[in-house]
Amino acid sequence: MTLPLIIYRSLRQHALSTLITAGSIALACGLLMCVWMVKTQSQSAFTQTTTGFDAVLGARGSKLQLVLNAIFHLEASPGNVAWADYEMVRRHPAVKTAIPIAVGDNLRGYRIVGTLPELFDKVEYAPGKKFAVAAGGKFFGVAPDAREAVVGAFVAQKLGLKVGDTFKPFHGLAFDEKNQHEEIFTVVGVMQPTNTPVDRVLWIPIKGVQTMSGHDAKAATEVSAVLIQLKAASAGFMLDMMYNKQGNRLTLAYPVGAIIAELFGKIAWFDQVLTLVAYLVALVAAGSVLASIYNSMSARRRDLAILRALGARRRMIFGAVVAEAACIGVLGAAVGYAVYFGLLTGVAEVIRAQTGVVLDVGAKHAVLWICPLAMIGLCALGGVVPAIKAYRTPVAETLAPTS
Amino acid sequence: MLDITDLKKSFLTPEKERVEIVSVGNFALAAGEQVALRGESGSGKTTFLHLIAGILAADGGRVTIDGVEMTALGEAGRDKLRAGKIGYVFQTFNLLQGFTVMENVVLGMSFGPRGADRGHAKEVLERVGLGHRLDHFPAQLSTGQQQRVAVARALANRPKLVLADEPTGNLDRKHGREALALIREVCRENGAALLLVSHDEEALAQFETRRDFAAINGAVKEAAK
Repeated sequence: MTLPLIIYRSLRQHALSTLITAGSIALACGLLMCVWMVKTQSQSAFTQTTTGFDAVLGARGSKLQLVLNAIFHLEASPGNVAWADYEMVRRHPAVKTAIPIAVGDNLRGYRIVGTLPELFDKVEYAPGKKFAVAAGGKFFGVAPDAREAVVGAFVAQKLGLKVGDTFKPFHGLAFDEKNQHEEIFTVVGVMQPTNTPVDRVLWIPIKGVQTMSGHDAKAATEVSAVLIQLKAASAGFMLDMMYNKQGNRLTLAYPVGAIIAELFGKIAWFDQVLTLVAYLVALVAAGSVLASIYNSMSARRRDLAILRALGARRRMIFGAVVAEAACIGVLGAAVGYAVYFGLLTGVAEVIRAQTGVVLDVGAKHAVLWICPLAMIGLCALGGVVPAIKAYRTPVAETLAPTS
Repeated sequence: MLDITDLKKSFLTPEKERVEIVSVGNFALAAGEQVALRGESGSGKTTFLHLIAGILAADGGRVTIDGVEMTALGEAGRDKLRAGKIGYVFQTFNLLQGFTVMENVVLGMSFGPRGADRGHAKEVLERVGLGHRLDHFPAQLSTGQQQRVAVARALANRPKLVLADEPTGNLDRKHGREALALIREVCRENGAALLLVSHDEEALAQFETRRDFAAINGAVKEAAK
């Protein structure tokens, strides 16, 4: 009980510096874990989010832009594809399903995407999972001019939309209240959450976008992109050859996951900078443990000398100081979990709102125990220098009164 | 109980001059004996007690406590011997300010062979009249009460030898007399030998056996020449 008592009393005696130091460790620990988890989870979430499609066919241009626009509903469309091209790829023997989409409108910043009902009937957005609407709703039907809408779960929640509600779309991908269309759409279904970018979209029949008042008349015979499911993975290379290498009008983005992985490759430097910052914060936190305990050593010299005079061995004093530093690390690491959950919840919400990709805040990963343990170790290491100072405390000189 | 032979200690001055502070040829104390050493400030009394307690390492000579030669031990051995056999009452009490009265006494015991014994610590604190102040911190006590805590801490381990360095130096006359009487009484009860150093004549007068430190410390005689 001696060692815990000495450590406890010392921490209590220097409560303010203990709390400040533990706080900086908590911040470092939480930040490191958060950066790591956001990095690994977002990378895996983005590369695995294909919403069930193997490839995207679009206008000639960047494959990445095509995927971001058609799958993640981000970025502008690189251009349009003629309806005839959609028909051609749909009939290609290697293609299992081809679903056209048309973009160009929004409702208060959330995209309105025109498509065919097959998207909801034929596609599994994840293995064994089909799109579904909440009770009381339905998907829009095959009538081409029906002014019906099915709303993604996230949009419905954010805009408070429910079955029976009506809305007038706004023109363009960015919300501008002056650019409102006259057509009125009725919500016929609210989709069950899928934790994919689909949740951030309002779906309407493709004719609805193509024939929206104010749109270019040419849009009636064009689509923004075609989402493709292949019969066999190897068929993608055949289509790649056909569209990307031999053709020069269209671009086939295939495979979708690999293209997103390329994006992460391009922004790897950003990850590295974030990780470096987190490491630096961790080092500074360990340094602050060192500085905090070292600075308190002058005030504690007398206590240490008294303990030595009472019979405490040098190595015990050394151990007490190192253990005290480790305890600050334990305290910081514990609070670090709260910081981590707070930060990750916030970041996950932003990522979900911006991309529809959902990060699992409760996910387990080795970094969640390696990082706190490493921080505690670093703190203990930070305690070594003041512990050496404590170890060397001259007892007689410190207890002083000469007679 | 305590045997000292040819004990020497010197220090280097800032001018790099070596000055001998303690040079005691022979000094002994029997079990249960109580001796007061009279000495002026700067005469090396505290250094002498530090050498006996093993807080300082001697340059030469021998200190034997209860049959164990302190001067032959390394630092860890001296720490162990001090924790087990010696109780030290400091002039400035040297209480740990961040610890309660009870914790101060228990900590003092915990380094010794018997270990922390809260029950015994409580008994000793009750014996010195502080049974109602166990959870108080030193700063919440009067000077006299603080000295009593220091006495309780020094005696809680049932030491064979108690060293008291100007134990009345920071107390007024009344409290000084009470503190000294308490130390002597508890030492007597425990059968501990007591060596007190002081320049306070009233304190010294309470002892049957008094000796001048100058008479046993050759270093002082040398310096006086």
